[in-house]
Amino acid sequence: MTMSERETRTADEPDILAELQAEVARDLAEERPPAGGPAYQVIPALVVLVLGAGAAYLAHGYGLGSLRRPGPGLWPFAVSVLIMVLAVVLLVVGRTLDDAEKFTRSSLLVLVGAATFVGLGLLLPTLGFEIPAILLGIVWLRFLGGETWRSTIVISVATTAVFYVLFLYGLKIPLPHLIAF
Amino acid sequence: MDFNAFIDGFAVVTQPTNLMYCLIGVLIGMLIGVLPGLGPAATMAILLPIAYGAASDGNQVAAIIMLAGIYYGAQYGGTITSVLLRIPGEASSVVTVFDGFALAKQGKAGTALGIAAIGSFVGATVSIIGLTLLGPIVASYALDFGPPEYAALALLGVLLVATVGNGNTVKALVAAAIGLLLATVGSDSFSSADRFTFNTLELQSGIDFVVVAMGLFGVGEILYNLEERHGKPHVPAAIANIWPSRKDLKQSSPAIARGSVIGFFLGVLPGGGAVMASLAAYAAEKKVAKDPSRFGRGAIEGVAGPESANNAAATSSFIPLLTIGIPANASMAMLYAALLVVGVAPGPQLIDERPDLFWGVVNSMYIGNLILLALSIPLVGIFVKILRVRPAILAPITALITILGVYTINNSVFDIFVMIAFGIVGYLMKKTGFEPGPMVLAFVLGSLVESSFRRSMLLFEGDPTGFVTRPISGVIIVFIVMVIALPVIQLVLRRRSSSNTPSDPSNPSEHHDQEAGVR
Repeated sequence: MTMSERETRTADEPDILAELQAEVARDLAEERPPAGGPAYQVIPALVVLVLGAGAAYLAHGYGLGSLRRPGPGLWPFAVSVLIMVLAVVLLVVGRTLDDAEKFTRSSLLVLVGAATFVGLGLLLPTLGFEIPAILLGIVWLRFLGGETWRSTIVISVATTAVFYVLFLYGLKIPLPHLIAF
Repeated sequence: MDFNAFIDGFAVVTQPTNLMYCLIGVLIGMLIGVLPGLGPAATMAILLPIAYGAASDGNQVAAIIMLAGIYYGAQYGGTITSVLLRIPGEASSVVTVFDGFALAKQGKAGTALGIAAIGSFVGATVSIIGLTLLGPIVASYALDFGPPEYAALALLGVLLVATVGNGNTVKALVAAAIGLLLATVGSDSFSSADRFTFNTLELQSGIDFVVVAMGLFGVGEILYNLEERHGKPHVPAAIANIWPSRKDLKQSSPAIARGSVIGFFLGVLPGGGAVMASLAAYAAEKKVAKDPSRFGRGAIEGVAGPESANNAAATSSFIPLLTIGIPANASMAMLYAALLVVGVAPGPQLIDERPDLFWGVVNSMYIGNLILLALSIPLVGIFVKILRVRPAILAPITALITILGVYTINNSVFDIFVMIAFGIVGYLMKKTGFEPGPMVLAFVLGSLVESSFRRSMLLFEGDPTGFVTRPISGVIIVFIVMVIALPVIQLVLRRRSSSNTPSDPSNPSEHHDQEAGVR
């Protein structure tokens, strides 16, 4: 077994391992946007620092009490201080990290996607869920996903119908809906 | 062990409703395991409202059985894409890619999948037996835990999840600390003073963790995946002869045994879980092999070991949750949330107070794994076809389930917007290299940590040394100190040794972490 395996390796695949690693690396680079620079590290750290400082200020106002009688603010204050300390550490040592992704043009897709979530949330109480759900389907399939109009319509309507049955009849959960039987 | 309760557990599982939920759970798990993109934690988060719906019909046990099935089912599914497409469906199948895909290239995809399925089954079953035998013992010990033990244990859990997980440790700790802070929003349970409510009625009862989890995990991942470019169609390798030969079985059975044991122990550790177990098992196989150079070029042990380990770990990570009430990883945090949602308090009293639920869930895993073994060998072809479904079609469906689902928890539109807000936060976190996992786990455990800490301080009359002088909490504190001190010491040593070499590219664990972070 091992013998024959090694023979095939030397015969037609010079080195599967190296080949695989190269392929994986290439795929990953293709699918995700490139790494962001120092700004992508510093800005989040500053946001965290401000968050920690704000929370510490508020928590202090709730009353720290003492260790013997901890007030409502003691625990959140301690956690906020920890957050500030970690943010400072991040500012000092994290500037050269490359684990952040650049925002690219395709990040706009995310904005559109989030907007449809908000839209559904706004329309749900007044319009019921059916029409907003179909609209969301159309935006995601046709404009974000690049599907054909035909499959867009079929999938949106079918999905909404399935959810109608699943939520209202299967799980008996009241969702605001237009169509009633 | 209460043997009657164990047997009664089987009676619970074999009720038709529970069997059906078990089947649905493992099927969904396998499906999302096959589909790259959504992980088990995100799926469990998205489906929490359905669990809530099932529970209000009186099917509490069924809901938990289903969610548990999703987690261990995903471990089976993740293998299929690793072997056939070189894409790990789950982070815990990343190492399977190396040898699994190499085997597929040599026309042995079927063998790899067959061995993986058998290894998964053996690993999981070993762990369930361990859970069955050890669970009651651990629970009876944990009954003596007081607030100081819980404070220390929960803190250790949060810390380990942050330090062991993927990516940068400081960032993970930041995420965890913010999770602890978020848990304090709302009226304080001791003094009923409002904290961080900004005078809004909605925030007074705190932020619902189901909503937070659905936002950070569910919406965050959905938005993050929108950005991925899907240029290439996935063409799975052809598979023939899924049944492994006797020789393959013989060659991989020691690896399966080692993987099961490694997985069991790493799964129990907080922060461990399936990802770490599969990495450790792969490393172990490479170490004991006579010819380590075979690894990465189609060594069957390289599939058998990690796949047994990730299933064993997925199963044994239920132990801390079901016996102590402390979730060991983000997926278990979702199950913890689910237990609270259906109105069951997780903890050592669970096994005595709700034997039907404890043994029902544990025993459902025996049956669920049998179903998975049965499904994953003959039905592999069907799952391969599912891979052809374009991600663009699945995205709006998951988006709709998430929005409609979160609304149904409290019939509240406010929850939808809170979820979207956390979804955007989750997306931005992923973009900037912060893992949302530690934040969700810390958030879920946050109120337990705080209330245990404050109760302890009342108990100790303000003297924090009480934590160290109590034997059990003292030991846990020592662990906490070790977890904090170890990386610092390592960093100092590395700085000193690498003063002439600027970076250390040969660190294998870092390499794997980066790959795992991709999912």
